Amino acid sequence: MTRASDSTPPRLTLGGCALLAAIIAIPCCGRGPARAGQAQRPGAKVVIQNKGSDTMVNVAQLWAEEYRHVAPEADVEVSGGGSGVGIAALIKGAVDIANASRDMKPEEIEEAKRNNQGQEPKEFVVGHDALAVYVHKSNPLNEISLDSLADIYGEHGTVTRWSQLGVEIPGVRDDRIVRISRQSSSGTYEFFREQVLDQKDFKLGSLDLNGSKEVVELVGATKTAIGYSGMGYDTDAVKMLGLSRDAGGIASAPSVDNVFDKQYPLARSLLIYTLGEPQGAVKMYIDWIMSETGQKILEESGFVPISRRRSTKS
Amino acid sequence: MKKRLEAMNRPSRPRWAVLGEKMLEGVIRLCGISAIVFVAAILLFVFREAAPILFGDRFHLKQFLLSVEWYPTSVSNVRYGTFALTVGSVSVTALAMVIAVPFGLGAAIFVSEFCGRRMRETLKIVIELLSAIPSVVWGFIGLTVMSKLIVAYTAAPVGVNILNGGVILALMSVPIIVSIGEDALKAVPDSYREAGLALGATRWQLVYRVLLPAAKNGLLAAVLLGVGRAVGETMAVLMATGHAVHIPHGILDSVRTLTANIAAELGEAPVGSDHYRVLFLTGLLLFGITFAVNLTAELVVRGIRRK
Repeated sequence: MTRASDSTPPRLTLGGCALLAAIIAIPCCGRGPARAGQAQRPGAKVVIQNKGSDTMVNVAQLWAEEYRHVAPEADVEVSGGGSGVGIAALIKGAVDIANASRDMKPEEIEEAKRNNQGQEPKEFVVGHDALAVYVHKSNPLNEISLDSLADIYGEHGTVTRWSQLGVEIPGVRDDRIVRISRQSSSGTYEFFREQVLDQKDFKLGSLDLNGSKEVVELVGATKTAIGYSGMGYDTDAVKMLGLSRDAGGIASAPSVDNVFDKQYPLARSLLIYTLGEPQGAVKMYIDWIMSETGQKILEESGFVPISRRRSTKS
Repeated sequence: MKKRLEAMNRPSRPRWAVLGEKMLEGVIRLCGISAIVFVAAILLFVFREAAPILFGDRFHLKQFLLSVEWYPTSVSNVRYGTFALTVGSVSVTALAMVIAVPFGLGAAIFVSEFCGRRMRETLKIVIELLSAIPSVVWGFIGLTVMSKLIVAYTAAPVGVNILNGGVILALMSVPIIVSIGEDALKAVPDSYREAGLALGATRWQLVYRVLLPAAKNGLLAAVLLGVGRAVGETMAVLMATGHAVHIPHGILDSVRTLTANIAAELGEAPVGSDHYRVLFLTGLLLFGITFAVNLTAELVVRGIRRK
C-alpha cells in the first residue's frame, strides 16, 4: 500500500528537467545498420527491409531464406501485418520493399511522393493468386456464386444460416454461418470488398483475423464457418469452393489454369512496390524473384507464377 | 532549538559529501515524480493526436460513444461507433472478474490464514510465476488449447469468444488479487485474531466475521486493481476473443475489445487521418475507464487508512 506524502510538495529542479529531456531524447538519435538504397561501402552487409501482405508473407520468407544462399552479403528481413501496413511503411520510407495483394491507391501514391522527395512508387507483378473461399471439409457445399457470398458477407445481406442456401451440415444443430474475415489493414480484405461486395461494407460481427493462415485454420476447426484466403493456404481440414459470377452460372475452381484463363472470378496479382527505380541490392533481389528460381519457389508455395510458359517448363 | 544546537556542535562534513548528498536527493526526487510527468505527458500526447477530430465538425460524440457501427475504412460511408467495442471490453472484464474474484480472494485467505510456512512460500513463488507469463503466451494458449476445449465441451461454434478471453484474463489477474489481498489480510493486527480465538471462534468464523470485515477495503482495492489489469490487457484478448464487432448475446459469442481494436488497426491507419485520430480517441476512452477504476481503488484504499 502506498503512503500519503506528508511534508513538502515535490519540486522539479532545473537539472532534473535536463536529465529528463535527455532520457526522452535518447531513442530519437542513433540509426540501425546500413539500409539498402543508401550509400554503403562495397562488401558491407546490406539489409533489405521487406514488409506487407500477410498473403505473401510465407513466400516472402522462403524467398529471403533462399536468397541467403544466392547473395550472402544481402540480408532480407521480412515481416507481415497486411498490405496496408506495408504500404504505410513504404510511404514513411521505413522499408525498401512493400508486399501488397492489392494496388496502391492514388492518394497513397501521392502521399509517398510527397514524403520522399517526389520518388514515385514502382510496382512489380511478382505472381498471381486466386482468392479462395474456404468451408469446413464436412460442408456438403461445393460451389457458390458471388451474389450469395455478398448476401453472406455484405452489410445488408440476408443470409445468416446455412439452411437459407439449402445446405445441411451433418452433426450441427445451430447452423448460423460463422463468417471469418480479415482485419481492415489486409489487402485481401480490400480485394474481397471490391470484388464481392462492390465496395459496400461488410456485415458487422464477422471474426476479423490477423492472418491468411489463421483464417484457414479456424475454418478447419469450425464446422459452420466460411472464410476467404489465398489459395496457397489450402489444407486437408478445409475445402475450397468453386466460384461462379452469378447464381446458376458455371463455377470454376481456384486453380493455376483457371487463373491464367481468367475463368476464376477472384484472381488477383501479387505485387511488390519500391520507392523509385530500385537500385543495387534491391534491384538484384527483385530480378532474382522474377527469375526462374524465384518463380519456382512462388509456385511451390501454392501461388501462380507470372507466366505460364515458365510454369510448364519448371 | 535544541536540534539546531546539536547540528552546530557536530564536526562539519566535507563539502563534496554534502553536495553529493544533495544531488542524490535530487535524483531520487526526480525518480519519484517521474511517474507523474510520464502519465501527464502520455495523456497530453494522446490528447494532442485526438483533439483535431474531437473538435472537428465531421465528428459526432454521440455516434462515437453509442453507435455499434465501426466502419473506419469504409469506401462509401465511414462510421466510427465504439459502443460494441466498449461492451466487448466490459463483458470480457466482467466475466474475468466473476471467475478471478472468488479464486483470487480464496487463495489470498488460504495463503494468509490457513496454510503452513513452507506451503505459503511455495504458493507465493508459484503465484508470482503465474504473473510473469507474457500476455502473448496467454493469448496463444487461448487460441490453441482453450478454443479446442470450448468447442469440445460447449455448444459454441467457435472457440474464440468471451468465455475464452474471460478465462485467460482471469488467470492473468488472479496473481494481482492474491498478492494484494494477502497484504490486506496480513495488515489486520494479530490482536484481532487473538481476541477472536479467545472468544472461542473457529478459524472459519474468525475469517468470516473478523478478518474479512476488517480487511474489506484492502480486498476491494485488490479486486479493482485486478479489474484495471483486465481492462487494459491487449494481446491476449486480441488472440482469444475472436475480434468480431458485435454486441454479444451470451458468453459464447465473439467480441472485440477497445484495446485489441487499437492494436489491430493503428499500424495501417495513415498518420494524421481521421481513422488514426479516432483510434487515439479510443485510447482516451480507455484511459478514462482505467482511470475511473484506479481512482475508485485509490479512494477505497484511503478509506482504509482513515479507519
